[in-house]
Amino acid sequence: MIRSYGKEIRYELLKAVRLPAYTIPTLLFPIFFYLFFGIAFGAKQVGGVTMAKYLIATYGAFGVIGASLFGFGVLIAVERGQGWLEAKRTTPMPIAAYFTGKLAMAMLFSATIVLLLFTMGIAFGGVSITFGQAASLFTILVTGSITFCAFGLAVGNWAGPNSAAAICNLLYLPMSFLSGLWVPLAMLPKPVQQIALFLPPYHFSQLALNVIGAGRGAAWGHVGAMAIATVLFLAIAYAGYRRDEGKMYG
Amino acid sequence: MNNALAHHPRAPLPAQLTAVTKRYGDVEALRGIDLTIRPGECLALLGANGAGKTTAVRILLGLAAPSSGTATVFGGNPRDAINRTRLGAMLQVARVPETLRVREHIDLFSSYYPSPMPMAELIEIAGLKGLENRMFGKLSGGQKQRVLFALSLGGNPDFLLLDEPTAGLDVETRRGLWKQIRKLVDAGKSVLLTTHYLAEAEALADRVVVLQRGAIMAEGTAAEIKGDAATLEDAFIEMVS
Repeated sequence: MIRSYGKEIRYELLKAVRLPAYTIPTLLFPIFFYLFFGIAFGAKQVGGVTMAKYLIATYGAFGVIGASLFGFGVLIAVERGQGWLEAKRTTPMPIAAYFTGKLAMAMLFSATIVLLLFTMGIAFGGVSITFGQAASLFTILVTGSITFCAFGLAVGNWAGPNSAAAICNLLYLPMSFLSGLWVPLAMLPKPVQQIALFLPPYHFSQLALNVIGAGRGAAWGHVGAMAIATVLFLAIAYAGYRRDEGKMYG
Repeated sequence: MNNALAHHPRAPLPAQLTAVTKRYGDVEALRGIDLTIRPGECLALLGANGAGKTTAVRILLGLAAPSSGTATVFGGNPRDAINRTRLGAMLQVARVPETLRVREHIDLFSSYYPSPMPMAELIEIAGLKGLENRMFGKLSGGQKQRVLFALSLGGNPDFLLLDEPTAGLDVETRRGLWKQIRKLVDAGKSVLLTTHYLAEAEALADRVVVLQRGAIMAEGTAAEIKGDAATLEDAFIEMVS
């Protein structure tokens, strides 16, 4: 049954690749944003680095969060709502295999987005980055997917299959803006900078910015905030799952 | 009952519900039912919508816990995944991922089981020959139902739970599925199927249990339940009215 893990991953990817209407926007949305802000204002200095370099970290975070919320949380909510997860749960499938498949897909999407951003930044934004920096940035961004998969799962378990996508969007876009993922935080009004401290995407992006020497605050603080957020999201997701189990179907 | 297992006194029962109640808030979906599925038999759980059929199936599959009473499959707790290796289930699924091919769906489901049924055999039994490479989304309603049937057989189960397996199917597809279910029973598998088609219960089941508002109203062969009534349908309507 170990092979179930591999097959879940493989078929999850196949499913996604065959749905370009979902795949392409998820991949290209952050890239377009980056091209617009990162390349157009690329030479400007922010936090001691060029805008083009700074925004690789923040749009990387933005892309990873999107891929995780929608590719993991919303997708699971939808499959649950349609009775598909339930059909699988009648088998001896290890439930971890199911989650592994979805997580692997969210991380692969995340990795693709980050690599596309590197390519754009280096090719068109004049970004110079050492291999070590790029590798650390890549690892932090892709690993951060876990926190936002948990976030998506929490939303999905409470919002249900029909509103999960809408609610994720309602949270995703304002939260990204307020956390300084679109426009560097220093350019936003002071009150917004205070709000950001309470938002997981802020800590995620600052952790990424630390790698290129443009972050604020100590890395361990951001890691701690991300860890607490992850546990909290998982607890909320689990409570939502338990609540649903008591409900009647059919 | 026509296999050696059926007469083995100590073979664990495929499934058993003992004094099971299930409450959802104020609603009592099951009100203390006892139900035994014997090895090698086909049992039909007959009842109107909302009678508690699906709840009973969900409890046997470990998808819901009884409010009181006990449920076992092959002597074990259905909530433990390991006890599900010998059973297969066909549930009512609103939508199945459409961008996987028939063979891919089967390959994935079969991987969940320690000794899966060979792909070719599954394709044959479920009547899916020639459709192996078709995307699920491109199948007709009857073909989709047959894929779900194939998935339920993926682990080569000894016990099959079919929740309204022929709901919404045309007559021809329905009869085809009946034939296959009957064949599996004849090969010694135990089957529990829920239905609100009386003809289905009559055609397939060795034993029929009539469920109404969460309680068992009658139990016996289709002929016994029919009694003096002209058809099973008359008997059923008399019983529930």
